[in-house]
Amino acid sequence: MAENVTPRVRVPKEAAAGEVITIKTLISHPMESGQRKDKDGNLIPRSIINRFTCTFNGKTVIDVAMEPAISTNPYFEFQAKVPESGTFTFTWIDDDGSTYEDTKEIAVA
Amino acid sequence: MSFSRRQTLAIMAGSGLSVMLGGRMALATPTEELIANFTGGAEITGEGLTLTAPEIAENGNTVPVEVDAPGAEAIILLATGNPNPDVGVFHFGPLAGAQMASTRIRLAGTQEVVAIAKMSDGSFARAAQEVKVTIGGCGG
Repeated sequence: MAENVTPRVRVPKEAAAGEVITIKTLISHPMESGQRKDKDGNLIPRSIINRFTCTFNGKTVIDVAMEPAISTNPYFEFQAKVPESGTFTFTWIDDDGSTYEDTKEIAVA
Repeated sequence: MSFSRRQTLAIMAGSGLSVMLGGRMALATPTEELIANFTGGAEITGEGLTLTAPEIAENGNTVPVEVDAPGAEAIILLATGNPNPDVGVFHFGPLAGAQMASTRIRLAGTQEVVAIAKMSDGSFARAAQEVKVTIGGCGG
């Protein structure tokens, strides 16, 4: 498991029913591509987050399959429709099988 | 007029410099394979995909790109000049507010970034942009 992996997500606290909101996510992760070599010329093994999903009350908003060409500290910005009050769940899945999760509540006024 | 030894050497050195700069052949095969896998061999005829990327990226380690295709189910992003051209696939669920996403990618050098969108009616749309990279994003 990569060290010090901290997800950060920005979601508005409130929205109107059916409103489309912008969500920004960032997670600190080295995203070692498997292309780089260390000082002795040995290949540094690949260690990346290979999948990111965002769901709202269990329904998918976005599901991203990620490859090593995604930069260090993967950043995503996308839009979601908010039909009712509920919870956004953000999940990142690491190559080593560990998952990182964050949730955000949103209230429909 | 006969050439001196020095002149002869200079001429030989000059001709040696005309090294054939082997044009970097566009290795389209891996990219084409990935596109074929994504489309299932279907022809790319549709429109409506916008790919936003900078014309010049100073640092290839983190190049901001945005894809936007209203009505798309999925969008694949490819960096044709990378050792592995695939960058990622965005799948949009029922609660996606718009079929757009932006992220930051690595580019090994100046190259064409390609996006293919799979529309909900089964057609495919393509967008591409050339990005000039000053410092490549691969290797140490």
